[in-house]
Amino acid sequence: MLRTTFWRLGTAVPSVVGVIIVTFLLTRVLPGDPAIYFAGPVASAQAIADIRRQLGLDQPLWAQFLRYVGDLVHGNLGISLNTGQPVLAEIATRLPASAELTLCGLLLAVAIAVPLGVLAALRQDSWIDHLCRVVTTAGVSLPVFFTGLLAVYVFYYVLGWAPAPLGRLDSFLSEPPRATGFFLIDALLARDGEVFFAALGQLVLPALTLAVFALAPLARITRAAMLTALASEFVRTARAAGLGARTVVFTYAFRNALLPLLTTIGMVFSFLLGANVLVEKVFAWPGIGSYAVEALIASDFAPVQGFVLTMAILYILLNLLIDLLYGLVDPRMRAA
Amino acid sequence: MGESAARAELLAPARANTSLWRHARHVLAENPVTAGSFALFLLLVLCALFGAWIVPYDPLASDTVHALKPPSAAHWFGTDQLGRDILSRVVVATRLDMGIAISSVALVFVLGGLAGVAAGYFGGWTDRIVGRVADTIMAFPLFVLAMGIVAALGNSVGNIILATAIVNFPLYARIARAEAAVRRDAGYVQAARLTGNGEGRILLFTILPNILPIMAVQMSLTMGYAILNAAGLSFVGLGIRPPTPEWGIMVAEGAGTIVSGEWWVALFPGAALMLAVFCFNLLGDGLRDIVDPQRRT
Repeated sequence: MLRTTFWRLGTAVPSVVGVIIVTFLLTRVLPGDPAIYFAGPVASAQAIADIRRQLGLDQPLWAQFLRYVGDLVHGNLGISLNTGQPVLAEIATRLPASAELTLCGLLLAVAIAVPLGVLAALRQDSWIDHLCRVVTTAGVSLPVFFTGLLAVYVFYYVLGWAPAPLGRLDSFLSEPPRATGFFLIDALLARDGEVFFAALGQLVLPALTLAVFALAPLARITRAAMLTALASEFVRTARAAGLGARTVVFTYAFRNALLPLLTTIGMVFSFLLGANVLVEKVFAWPGIGSYAVEALIASDFAPVQGFVLTMAILYILLNLLIDLLYGLVDPRMRAA
Repeated sequence: MGESAARAELLAPARANTSLWRHARHVLAENPVTAGSFALFLLLVLCALFGAWIVPYDPLASDTVHALKPPSAAHWFGTDQLGRDILSRVVVATRLDMGIAISSVALVFVLGGLAGVAAGYFGGWTDRIVGRVADTIMAFPLFVLAMGIVAALGNSVGNIILATAIVNFPLYARIARAEAAVRRDAGYVQAARLTGNGEGRILLFTILPNILPIMAVQMSLTMGYAILNAAGLSFVGLGIRPPTPEWGIMVAEGAGTIVSGEWWVALFPGAALMLAVFCFNLLGDGLRDIVDPQRRT
């Protein structure tokens, strides 16, 4: 098991190298002068020349790349012109907000999609199968920022059930003492019920918006994988041997359907991390997505570059985690 | 069975046009949803081609006296903050949104299709390089990469098209590669080789035409994603600039007013966006049933 783990870690290395090269190239092989991008729109000619020397843009490309990698190793992602803060520090403080939102969205999506897909496969052509089909077709067609706005209109403006879509916590409540950066967990650790429920109230709508978006591929693949598993010979044999319906469905069919489901979760993460940016903008969520959007509007490139790199590295790590889970779910993968 | 026969027919050189048509008619008759999505597609095309002439108002003309009015007989979809007619803006925006989606899909079809076919046919180094490029793109969350590309290259419609094409590249390259690899040693390819055709000629005139149907399905399926991607980019303020009518920007403009109850500013462009994506997804599924019945779910 340990050797496979190391082997999988090894397979992530080319991806990380590729990602670093691309984020580097994004700033260097630009039409025009990268120094102007980094200096911002209002910089003087002198400031641009200074930045060019500072960034080492007068050196050959390979030297610039080595310097960029050296900076990365030291955790230096540059300084944001907008806020004057180091990009790494700002991303680190904002990351928990995005992570909490994305993970809650994914958990919610899995909690709805998996039972829906399983039931749809068990009762083909029943109303739940049709519901599953409608949900999966509608889910992939809805622009996530539009679903979010509709949710705000219905649940905040019309029904008044949800709080105003303005960030993670009501402005007159103070944040829980920071332990994990996840407000829900921090509030529980501090035994502060009021803050916990306020944070939960703010989280429900954006997480639900993300879940609606992630639901479709998950429900679709669960249904398809369950149908395949239920039609297979080992399920027929299990039934013929007189095993109970519950054992057949959960122990035999569902465990086999888990593999394609895990693969799809990896793919869904790619969409979720992108959709996260849009949802954060709709709900004024103070995560790294809205950080990048604010920087984009101000033509502040260092945070955008840091954001793209962080997201890519996160995504690679998530895929690695899923690969490792694969080994746990499927004993055949352990020998590979 | 019928399915494997249809698959075998695909692997044979493209000749069975009549039977493909019969099959298409059969699928359309059996599946009215696909027929409905064809109709919706035609409506979108009409709006894109003639929208600018049939709309009741100038999409850019503001009329502050009638700002933020709910839908009425004069303004079917209401008016926005500057009093512009939302119906006119939604219809006129069709051309830009569809144009971006079609151009980016056409671009990635050429780039990804050619790279993938070459990778599948030649194997070796070509395959390794194309595979590595595709893997590197796939290592990014796609929308995030598109944001980075547009931010770096500059805010323009051309760069949105390019970014959308780049993030779709791996999908096209992989499909083209797999389909070309299957056909590399097919009988008709060997026949073409024996009659003295060069490798480039075989690639372009023997293999490529035979994988076109499967690539066409992919184009329809990715059109929806391309529209969402472009609208998402302009929603966060990248690419297209106001006051140009575009669905993503219009939803973003409506985002400010929806919390105070003016739902129509965001609803109608959002619904247009949703319908367009829905139409292409259904169309793609329908086309896939026609071209590649085995993948039907």
